Amino acid sequence: MGVGVSMKSGAEMTSASPAVAPVSPGRPQVVGAHRRDGFVAAVRAALASLVVPGAAFTVALILFGIFIALTGHNPLAVYYQMYRGSFGTAFSFQNTLVRAAPLMLTALATALPLRLGLVGLGGEGAMVLGGLGAAATATALGGHGPMAIKTWMLIAGGLVGGGWIALAGALRAYRGVNETISTLLLNYIAIALLNHLVEGPLRDPSSLNKPSTLPIGDDNMIGNLPGIDVHWGLAFGVGACLLTWVLMDRTTFGFAARMVGGNVRAALLNGLPVGRLIVIATFIGGVCAGLAGSIEVAAIHGTANASLITGYGYTGVLVAFLARSNPLAVIPVSLILGGIGASGGLLQRIFDLPDATVNVLQGILFISILFSETFYGQSPRQLWRGLRSFRRGAAG
Amino acid sequence: MRPTLRRAAPQLRSRSFRFPLLAAFALAATAVPSAALAPRAEAGPPITVGFIYVGPKTDYGYNQAHAEGAAALAKLPGVKIREEEKVPETVAVQKTMESMINLDGASLLFPTSFGYFDPHILKEAQKNKKVTFLHCGGLYTEGKHPENVGSYFGYIDEAQYVSGIVAGLTTKSNKLGFVAAKPIPQVLRNINSYTLGARSVNPKATTTVIFTGDWALPVKEAEAANSLIDQGVDVLTSHVDSPKVIVELAERRGAFVTGYHANQSALAPKGYLTGAEWNWGKVYKDYIEWIQAGKSYPHLLRGGLKEGFVKVSPYGKAVSAEAKKKADEAKAKFMAGTMVIYKGPLKDNTGKTVIAAGSEEKQTDVALEKMDYLVEGVVGKTH
Repeated sequence: MGVGVSMKSGAEMTSASPAVAPVSPGRPQVVGAHRRDGFVAAVRAALASLVVPGAAFTVALILFGIFIALTGHNPLAVYYQMYRGSFGTAFSFQNTLVRAAPLMLTALATALPLRLGLVGLGGEGAMVLGGLGAAATATALGGHGPMAIKTWMLIAGGLVGGGWIALAGALRAYRGVNETISTLLLNYIAIALLNHLVEGPLRDPSSLNKPSTLPIGDDNMIGNLPGIDVHWGLAFGVGACLLTWVLMDRTTFGFAARMVGGNVRAALLNGLPVGRLIVIATFIGGVCAGLAGSIEVAAIHGTANASLITGYGYTGVLVAFLARSNPLAVIPVSLILGGIGASGGLLQRIFDLPDATVNVLQGILFISILFSETFYGQSPRQLWRGLRSFRRGAAG
Repeated sequence: MRPTLRRAAPQLRSRSFRFPLLAAFALAATAVPSAALAPRAEAGPPITVGFIYVGPKTDYGYNQAHAEGAAALAKLPGVKIREEEKVPETVAVQKTMESMINLDGASLLFPTSFGYFDPHILKEAQKNKKVTFLHCGGLYTEGKHPENVGSYFGYIDEAQYVSGIVAGLTTKSNKLGFVAAKPIPQVLRNINSYTLGARSVNPKATTTVIFTGDWALPVKEAEAANSLIDQGVDVLTSHVDSPKVIVELAERRGAFVTGYHANQSALAPKGYLTGAEWNWGKVYKDYIEWIQAGKSYPHLLRGGLKEGFVKVSPYGKAVSAEAKKKADEAKAKFMAGTMVIYKGPLKDNTGKTVIAAGSEEKQTDVALEKMDYLVEGVVGKTH
């Protein structure tokens, strides 16, 4: 839950408490009522964080169902196949997990800076360069043992990705450059760099029609998690989400960072090192995206080439916003988007629906969840009143 | 070596045909949620073929050419096809292959993008030994790659040579334009063959090439096409995944265009001269015939105009009688197998001799697979 939300529910609590509104003849025990109201507010906030996204999700499913019906298919049959393709069988679930793993990491590249009020889109570039860094490291360390090469590949990819987004963070913190634009442009530069290096200085001469770096070698691949057909990226993804959640929600650093996001001036007045906080948060986010790139190389491709340009970075932005920049929520949201991706193929093959169908669902989901944010901190009665006035406004 | 295919179809026709079916029913009865078996048990057709495309299958280009081949297969009795488009060259394509095998019961897969081969097809072929994987790109190496993998490709530069002749005899400015994705051997070979074709009939013709950097960048392709036309180019061609925007733009600006991958004449009724097209329907039908007959199939399959792997689009309205005659002559030589495009003396566009006088490199020559030069008459650089 973000800063804004807890502040809102706090305000609501005080306004509802009898201490502020003394006209409450029916309530003799002020202290007890205060405590009870506090508890009610906390429960209500917790409920809201479940009910609001749940309702938004349901609304999105209904809208998408209408869309499907308009294309001449039975929405329930489509939903059943989507379930079958994403979570319904052991194979499908592993498919979903494999697709979710990189999204968890790239989402953090946007989610962490978002906590400081920065909207970054740089996950794609950091991931691509992270992969390139990992492949180059494997080549440079040729001859060392697999364990050393694997470790350094992951570290190098993370550092490259971290440095790349921290660059945008530093430009923001010290030169006032808009981070949204700079991270977006850095993505283009990263992709151009990858293509240049892969087709030029780092090219394996034997890769004729698909220019690639030298292969890292089968021994240096990190492979699958024990027992399932899902690579180690999933463990890194879940681990990174847990660690960054602890960092952002349970440490002084995280508190300071969230304060920057809440109000930069207040943070500065309190003597917080805002610039440094921004650079560190963007760096950590970038490390996660860079790690996603190294894992693509070390677990799947075995080399760096243009196949690293996957769009995971941009899907990560979607995940970060849907998760409301909460690293813990990144995990289930990645699973949902991974599942949607996993089921997309089945929709094409069974219903002959175009590939863009699942993009429509993603889009509806995104809009619906972002719109639902306006409902946080409102009581059902306020909500009803708001909807009614909305309707009246629309009618008038 | 051509190992025979171990497939179910021949066995189904034999006496023991009832048993695998019974076994399938029995298994399906005991393991109710077994999605993998359900399609196989209810499906009468003996073979399910999966096609995987990297882009949209209606792209007027690379993917459409394959989808047209798939559509030709779908008409055959006993063949059921499953298609999936826009599958990226990541772990996603591995999962699509597995899904087609597990959920659709596919026993033959055509993952059509060049980048699907290593590591994705190789990995899935190891995992699914009973499934045959046929890949477009000609990358198979015997002894190194799994037995259940094959790779095919066509000498489409022969068709580009013929297109070049038409372009060379149509241009008034003697300037041809080529929008290309990447300076890799396959692309360079098309540019060179096109230019050699044009200059065989019009020595004054030059080809200006612009590399966009990737396979599907419509905006850059449009910019490149515009810039070429602004420089006086009056015949355009391309080697990108979808030539759609280039063809449309040429038509709108009154330039001529020759197509690539598929027939784009519908997009440019006035300016479309001819084009170099794939003819995958023929290749896929051959494979199915071999496989359904239980015969061995070639792991590395290549061919040009003569073998019917590629074809030249029907000539457009703007093509002169002379151009048709010269182009048909060249085509006839290709069909007779007497045409050699790359023969000495051949210089690159920096003046260096790349093929000495008296020697020639035939289509099957491996030296051509490593092409890293642009021939004399091409304006542009390989990097």
